[in-house]
Amino acid sequence: MEAVISKFESADQRTAPQRTGVTVRAREGRLYHGLLTAAALVAPAILVLFVGVLVYGAWPSIRAFGLSFLTSSVWEPHPEREQYGALPFIVGTLISAVLALCLAAPFGIAVATFLNEVLTSRWRSAARFLIEVLATIPSVVYGLWGIFVLAPWVSNTLQPVLARSLGFLPIFGPPYEPRNMLCAVLILAIMVLPIIVSISLEAIRAVPASYREAALGLGATRWEMIRVAVWPACGSAFAGGCILALGRALGETMAVTMVIGNGRRISPSLFAASDTVASTIANQFAEAPSDLFTAALIEMALLLFLVTLAVNVLARWIIRPSLPGAGGRS
Amino acid sequence: MQLIIRLWLIVLLTVAVGCDGNGGDTGESGSPVRLTGAGATFPKPLYEKWAAQYARMHPNVVINYQGIGSGGGIKQITEKTVDFGATDSPMTDSQLQKAEGELLHIPMVLGAVVPVYNLPQVKRPLVFSGPVLADLFLGKITRWNDAALVTLNPDAGLPDRPITIVHRSDGSGTTFIFTDYLSKVSPAWESGPGRGTTVNWPVGRGAKGNDGVAADVKQNEGSLGYVELIYAANNNIAYGSVVNAAGKAVRASADSVSAAASLKDIPEDLRVSITNAPGDSAYPISGLTWILLYQQQADAAKGKALVDFLWWATHEGQAMAAPLHYAPIPAALLPHIEAKLRSVTSGGKPLVSQ
Amino acid sequence: MSPRYRRWKNRLMLGAMGLALLICLAPLASLLFTLVVKGGSTLSLRFITGPWRPVGENGGIAHAIAGSVCLLGIATALAVPVGLAKGLFLARGRSPRLGGMVRVLLDVMSGIPAIIVGVFIYTLVVRRSGFSLGTGFSMLAGGLALAMIMLPIFARTTEEAVRAISTSVDEAGLALGLPRYRVVLRIVLRSAVPAVLTGLFLALARVAGEAAPLLFTAFGSNEWPGSPLEPVGSLPALLFDYARQPFEELVRQAWGAALVLVALILAVRLATHAYSHWRYGSGANP
Repeated sequence: MEAVISKFESADQRTAPQRTGVTVRAREGRLYHGLLTAAALVAPAILVLFVGVLVYGAWPSIRAFGLSFLTSSVWEPHPEREQYGALPFIVGTLISAVLALCLAAPFGIAVATFLNEVLTSRWRSAARFLIEVLATIPSVVYGLWGIFVLAPWVSNTLQPVLARSLGFLPIFGPPYEPRNMLCAVLILAIMVLPIIVSISLEAIRAVPASYREAALGLGATRWEMIRVAVWPACGSAFAGGCILALGRALGETMAVTMVIGNGRRISPSLFAASDTVASTIANQFAEAPSDLFTAALIEMALLLFLVTLAVNVLARWIIRPSLPGAGGRS
Repeated sequence: MQLIIRLWLIVLLTVAVGCDGNGGDTGESGSPVRLTGAGATFPKPLYEKWAAQYARMHPNVVINYQGIGSGGGIKQITEKTVDFGATDSPMTDSQLQKAEGELLHIPMVLGAVVPVYNLPQVKRPLVFSGPVLADLFLGKITRWNDAALVTLNPDAGLPDRPITIVHRSDGSGTTFIFTDYLSKVSPAWESGPGRGTTVNWPVGRGAKGNDGVAADVKQNEGSLGYVELIYAANNNIAYGSVVNAAGKAVRASADSVSAAASLKDIPEDLRVSITNAPGDSAYPISGLTWILLYQQQADAAKGKALVDFLWWATHEGQAMAAPLHYAPIPAALLPHIEAKLRSVTSGGKPLVSQ
Repeated sequence: MSPRYRRWKNRLMLGAMGLALLICLAPLASLLFTLVVKGGSTLSLRFITGPWRPVGENGGIAHAIAGSVCLLGIATALAVPVGLAKGLFLARGRSPRLGGMVRVLLDVMSGIPAIIVGVFIYTLVVRRSGFSLGTGFSMLAGGLALAMIMLPIFARTTEEAVRAISTSVDEAGLALGLPRYRVVLRIVLRSAVPAVLTGLFLALARVAGEAAPLLFTAFGSNEWPGSPLEPVGSLPALLFDYARQPFEELVRQAWGAALVLVALILAVRLATHAYSHWRYGSGANP
């Protein structure tokens, strides 16, 4: 780092007029481009190192368990019969993220539509600001609120109602634990909402006014205009925004760790304590009792990285063509 | 461009100055010796008090203790990311072999693990027995008014509500003491989850640290967990008595823990278990907690500060244990501890001042 | 479909969408309300400027605030030069193919869950066994982890900031006979500085609240920040610790720390927001 900057500086100071010789310029030009390219290559280098470190760290676990790591739910740290299977955490991660998305997506799209199509511009910027505040609040603060406000509300208010009315469904059945999957789903839904809103809003704003005028001109109500003219033009952006939100939800750690209950098993009930890949790493990585345990946690980190990578690439691939001005805003 | 470079240099300078060992409050000449330790949450309240008190007496020593669980204490001292580790579960032989260098176990204090529960309608402390605790944590007993619990507590008015189990989510010496006891009293537990800093829990939810379990039980009615005594006593969380090996129901206290620690033969490496101890007044789920340090210290100044601190803590510092519900280490152990501390060297020179 | 039915349906659906907005804002209202009520009652000068004390002695959080500032400082010092060069490369570089690849990889980097960044830095920098720099838990390692999260954000905002400067500026400079690198460094970048700084502050606001990458790197400390090779406390890590404590005093402090953290982050965001509005009008949004 030091070297990079000191070279920058010297390149800058040498702009004294007497040194504008052609060779100096060429040399400095080469230096400049060399430095930029070197800096540009930092990202690939970090990523290669990143994947290398994770694969290396996970190797003992990959060798010991192979594919059964993904399908086994035995998590046995006993030194004489050590065996690790990540299935409960993988299932927990997928369920929490997908359900959060199912909850946040309709709300996010509805909010974005309402902001752009119904509210006047002053109210719109106020509401947008509030949604942005939602995105600014750190994960640990959500966790704190989750422990002291959301989780008690879920177990004292929501759970009795759901258990009484829909308790026959396994997902609302026992066990009823005070920190549970539902808390994690709700908190994740709140956290990914701003992503969905902002991407949907961008797409809705990009719909040409002429579409709307055409629909209204044909006598459509505002709702019909939204359904016929606005939403169909935004389909791929909605999908992309949701998938981006999914990527965020999969990797979200602190708030989830604080409210999900860290129960290491697969249960059909939303009121059971569960666990995710990220929260298990947060809880156990610094205190893994053996090398194989550490390797198993790093393998989970590797899996999580690969999944979020796939999800993010997919999301960008879907969004990019639908937002023509994605790169520059000039 | 130049503006940005200047800003960058300012930031760098600020960081460099800010990091120069004087956060603005130490008026000392020369930078203080900083010791970092991590591990068990079981003795954390006491270690923090010790650190604060010791810093008052020795302003040039700064001790930073982080409670991350005994498993973490063992792992981090093995990887040498900290100056000392702390654990309530002695390191196993294979763990000791993995460490590069000779690790010493220094017993610091004794404590009790108590079953804590949240049942507002039950006024008097409940009584548990070893086998019943094992069945509870195996998920064989699932309701508070189960016959086994009612037999032990005929007049308690146990409610008909489900039991939700809280265990540790991190590697924990408290878990080790607890599961070590359950393994001694329940064959089903020994052949099932077994003993360890983390085990394969059949039921329940996990919370991080003794503090996390205590907070979880305190906030959620119907919960049952296990924590170090101070976490129950200082937070007004109800905790039960446990029937000991002599068949008496004993409530945890500094005295009943001391009664459990009437040691006869002390192993040379000081790794002793005192769970399920004999004696009418012995509390059965008692344990020692150790600080782990390398016999050969790389940094003489740090090593010296550490050994002096440990000497102080195992002597004068013991007076601070009882008010925090810990039991002081038995006198029989003291000569062994002194010998261990004298054996710590740096570059071949012993470090202890005494 | 009678017109009445359609009008009725229109109202119903628009109403439902408005309700959705209110439902979404309800948790925010609850969160901010609790934060202000519970955090506000803890807040005092002593709490903000006082050092840590053991439970029962009503300590402060100044050590964590100082630690956060140090960590962010290191992260900035590491991420800014690289991010700046990257942004220039992407916006005014000579090889669009490599640029495209780098852009994709930056997106990949920004999608890495923060906790895995912590695992990575721990394995590569912190631990003292295997191949590793072996710094131990340290401020430096924490700063590195935060820098790795800041880098893609800052590089992309820098790219956009530079891209926003019209190429006619470049052309004017080139026409004067200046070499390309001087045009970019002295003219283009200078006009982009305000937007670059805005991007920097947004990136800082984003990572200031991160606890996940710090758990295994900066670790935590109850003491004032020491040398860059010592563990250091930070507001988010303190919050994560205190929130799970049974001691009411610490929970109270957690709310206070949360209020301080949110207030600081919001202040930075609002300031940058207001600044860019003032500078570029309401069209631009950061």
